[in-house]
Amino acid sequence: MSDIQHASSAELNVKEIVKKATELNDFSHLLAHVPYAKFIGMEVVRFGDELVFQLPAKDENIGNPTLPAIHGGVIAGFMEMSAIVQLMVFMQTSKVPKIVDFSIDYLRAGYHRDTFAECKITRQGRRVANVNINCWQTNRKSLIATARAHFLIE
Amino acid sequence: MKVSPGFFPLTGLATRFVDQLVQCRRLQLKVLEGSEHHVLIELPYSTELIGYPDTGVIHGGVITTLMDTASGSAVVCSIFDKFNSLELSPTLDLRVDYMKPAQPHKSVFGFAECYKLSSSIAFTRAIAYQDSIDDPIAHAVGSFMRISPDMVGDEFRRALMGDEYE
Repeated sequence: MSDIQHASSAELNVKEIVKKATELNDFSHLLAHVPYAKFIGMEVVRFGDELVFQLPAKDENIGNPTLPAIHGGVIAGFMEMSAIVQLMVFMQTSKVPKIVDFSIDYLRAGYHRDTFAECKITRQGRRVANVNINCWQTNRKSLIATARAHFLIE
Repeated sequence: MKVSPGFFPLTGLATRFVDQLVQCRRLQLKVLEGSEHHVLIELPYSTELIGYPDTGVIHGGVITTLMDTASGSAVVCSIFDKFNSLELSPTLDLRVDYMKPAQPHKSVFGFAECYKLSSSIAFTRAIAYQDSIDDPIAHAVGSFMRISPDMVGDEFRRALMGDEYE
């Protein structure tokens, strides 16, 4: 395959993949195309109009081995990827949204257990979107981290 | 510019700290320099870390992990230099601004400083770059909570001190 063909097929991909995932109601499809999502082992489940992102406990995601706790960077990466998928699905973007800034507050230690996240698109402009991400473990009311991020969208 | 790691006295401590973190071993993070003022860490490129499949650019989350690790290591080094004690400071918050995507197939370097240590908080700033620190990929500011040195377990203390452990 020539480089040009390869580039155009890659561009087409995103919209097609999002469309297919929406039709099949299977958003794991989207994550399967992103190596980093596989690297940390994240998943996504849809409940009606809601997406809930999951990060099953995984030994390689540990930072501090004495607690043990998930590495703060992995929690941030999981939340950032969740926001990207949320934008792709609900705004049907033709490209993967590009991160502009990401600000995370760690509220509690993220222990070595299953972790969840949900996102809220706070504002979507023509070029920039603002997303809020909340992350918890055993109880949705006791968040382990909260973050907000800006993305460039096309 | 290549400088001998021996020139920076805390390179060993920072290396042992980063090597304790499972995710950092997985990312193959390598401490190049460590001193009372700064820590410099290299993140090698890997296709496993791609976040943008159409371009091969690594995921922002990997840069965040690099920034968090470099900043946290800078705090450990700074506290060790100032108080001759080991503390593990959890991240309170971290903000990362992304100026441009990291070029694929090249390492990313994370340079972090702990610019202020107060009695309960450590303040950090960090830059991620590839060719030159003056042409950054990302910039981060963070704060870390200081907790008692007693919270560091014996096993972890031994691992951090290496041969210098008495």
